[in-house]
Amino acid sequence: MGWRNIFRRRKDDEIKNTTDTLSTETVSTENTETKNNFFQRLKSGLSKTRQGLFGKVESLLTGRTIDEELFEELEDLLIQADVGFETTMYLIDELRERAKRDKLKEGIQLKETLEQVIVSIFSENAAPLAIGDNSPAVIMVVGVNGAGKTTTIGKLGYRLKQEQAKVLFAAGDTFRAAAIEQLETWATRIGVDIIAHKEGSDPAAVAFDAVAAAKARKADVLLLDTAGRLQTKKNLMAELGKVYRVVSKELGREPDEVLLVIDATTGQNALSQARLFNEVVPLTGIVLTKLDGTAKGGIILALSHELKIPVKLVGVGEQNEDLQDFDPESFATALFSD
Amino acid sequence: MPFGNLASRLQETFKKLSGRGKLSEKDVTAALREVRLALLEADVNYKVVKTFTDKVKERAVGHEVLSSLSPAQQVIKIVNEELTELMGGTLSKITLASKPPTVIMMVGLQGAGKTTTSGKLALLFKKQGHRPLLVAADIYRPAAIKQLEVLGEQVGIPVFSMGDTHSPVDIANAAISHANSHGNDIVILDTAGRLHIDEDLMEELVQIKEKTKPHEILLVVDAMTGQDAVNVAEAFNEQLGIDGVVLTKLDGDARGGAALSIKTVTNTPIKFAGISEKLDGLEPFHPDRMARRILGMGDILSLIEKAEASMDEKKAKELAEKIKRAEFTLEDFKDQLQQIKNMGPLDQLIGMLPGMGQLKNLKGGLAVDDSHLKSIEAIINSMTVEERQNPSIIGGSRRRRIAQGSGTRVQDVNRLLKQFEQMRQMMKQVSGMGKGKKKGRNMLPFFR
Ligand SMILES: Nc1nc2c(ncn2[C@@H]2O[C@H](COP(=O)(O)OP(=O)(O)O)[C@@H](O)[C@H]2O)c(=O)[nH]1
Ligand SMILES: [Mg+2]
Repeated sequence: MGWRNIFRRRKDDEIKNTTDTLSTETVSTENTETKNNFFQRLKSGLSKTRQGLFGKVESLLTGRTIDEELFEELEDLLIQADVGFETTMYLIDELRERAKRDKLKEGIQLKETLEQVIVSIFSENAAPLAIGDNSPAVIMVVGVNGAGKTTTIGKLGYRLKQEQAKVLFAAGDTFRAAAIEQLETWATRIGVDIIAHKEGSDPAAVAFDAVAAAKARKADVLLLDTAGRLQTKKNLMAELGKVYRVVSKELGREPDEVLLVIDATTGQNALSQARLFNEVVPLTGIVLTKLDGTAKGGIILALSHELKIPVKLVGVGEQNEDLQDFDPESFATALFSD
Repeated sequence: MPFGNLASRLQETFKKLSGRGKLSEKDVTAALREVRLALLEADVNYKVVKTFTDKVKERAVGHEVLSSLSPAQQVIKIVNEELTELMGGTLSKITLASKPPTVIMMVGLQGAGKTTTSGKLALLFKKQGHRPLLVAADIYRPAAIKQLEVLGEQVGIPVFSMGDTHSPVDIANAAISHANSHGNDIVILDTAGRLHIDEDLMEELVQIKEKTKPHEILLVVDAMTGQDAVNVAEAFNEQLGIDGVVLTKLDGDARGGAALSIKTVTNTPIKFAGISEKLDGLEPFHPDRMARRILGMGDILSLIEKAEASMDEKKAKELAEKIKRAEFTLEDFKDQLQQIKNMGPLDQLIGMLPGMGQLKNLKGGLAVDDSHLKSIEAIINSMTVEERQNPSIIGGSRRRRIAQGSGTRVQDVNRLLKQFEQMRQMMKQVSGMGKGKKKGRNMLPFFR
């Protein structure tokens, strides 16, 4: 079953391939048509954020000597990318130390160091999507309203299906108007089954039925949608906790993944989101959506640094193929593009 | 926890500030450093923060420190005023067309809350006796049309849709004809979410605008938006010319600095705030509340307000009268101390008050730090009403009783009574001075 290893494989080789492809500006032609399209989409998705690789940092650092003023300007760049004050301070301190240790003089020498520091924050707790070991693997998708949960499920479902996995959707957002129809449209579009109840019904009951169905139908992966909720709403969060417990009970173990979806345009509030969601449902990873815009999503640096939750996937558009594995290097690069 | 740190950093900074009279550049700079952090934590765009703090600095340096405030509090007060002013007045009005229907176009990024806000706005108008029509012009997102239809049904408002096979421009056009023939005086266009850098989709909005000539284009923005808010708002405004902003999801714990960023770059009013997922969850936007929220210094601001409130004119006049009639009693004294206690670090405060400086020079000093204040209160509390009105009746045995009752020593009671007498003497002089001249000028600030 090829799909079981895709994420691991992708992490090791294909993403490397992708990066190579991107940096040499040629698209590999040895793959099938779908693959080819896939990479092309990756490329066009990224190219929007990639413009002028490290452009801002490079033009800032070039021809400068390392001094406090330069660190301050770097600080501004990080703040501007939503990295947040605390983590920015950490990065700058780290940079300052390494510059001293390695006796760096030229500003431009900081570029690589900065990239290393950023990448190391992510690699400390990097982990691929953990869906290779159990059947059915259950992925629960949570987050605030409008973050991109349902779309992420659609795109992830598409991708797993491409890899021959048997996918099942569960329409766990029974609250928002037409949320069920939204996921149903995706299910039809990509050709997967869906478990859905009526609008207004108990989401825990949907989850229960979906797990039972996934087992009975021998699905490989169950993708469970949930209603968007602000992390400060006590009863809605309690409701989510209940869904999690029902899934765990029916499954006989905890869900394989609980993914928190975060919109890349989000500022410092993402920290509160991750903290409070994590208190109710133990998060296993983050999906960063809408990276196809101009927002840099720098807040995930703070999330990784302070909360140690791995970033697993990124959304770069609204089409089937617009979902990628998270790649720290290209993220670091895009963080400072124009 | 960033906020915890911020609060303690602020305390630290405030302790260091010692300026009196006029705000020095050093004081202002130190206080503004904390303000800058507060604003960044709230997601105000860093460039906007810079422009803003520069402006405040200009205004604050050399500014008189209000008698009731510490220098840092004074800076914060100025910051809050500037912020509130920048956020604009309450302008939650939608301009209605002289010839109906009034066309309102909702625009914004994906997931900002346009559809829900459209439903809320329609409900608001319906409650005011209008006959709104909702228009499903998002043909892209799966089930977006259905979403609006469900909302329309929930609030009993008609929804115009043509499925997802016609262009949004055509749909919008047809909707207006529909409104004309069905007597709908307000048309709300729910457009698809789009990235501000998506040229094709932005062009589509321009087309809709040209064809339907909307009276209001409202940009819907998520309150959790970070630094990118300026790019988004600028792009939408440049290409469409927006008339107002709706800030959504304010019922969460986002500080909402995006509001300030957007206001600064577009200079259009924020008209409404979304405060619940429910359809009645739309409020007029309150700039003053938002300024407070962004600044995130609720405690300090409350303190500043309390201090100002305690300077209440009417009370002050009453007291001034009492003094003139030499009726100022220990009871009044206690009240006054109570008020001061709410204002901030006492020793600093008292020293800064015009007139009170003299009190400090009194023999033995006026005990004004917090622990002393407590014992003063305890002493006064242990007195009978009669004793408070007329301290001269307090002899040796009464003093012993009071000391025992208040857990202090007889010396403490003696000192308080002595100081109070000195104070009364001084007050007489002060109020005497005022006679015939400008009243209240050099008086104790309490009595201004
Ligand atoms: N441009 C862009 N839009 C996205 C992305 N992910 C989701 N969206 C859009 O964001 C909006 C909200 O997404 P949805 O999946 O309904 O969010 P949910 O409320 O969290 O389920 C929809 O209009 C989606 O099409 C992305 O990666 N890029
Ligand atoms: Mg959804």
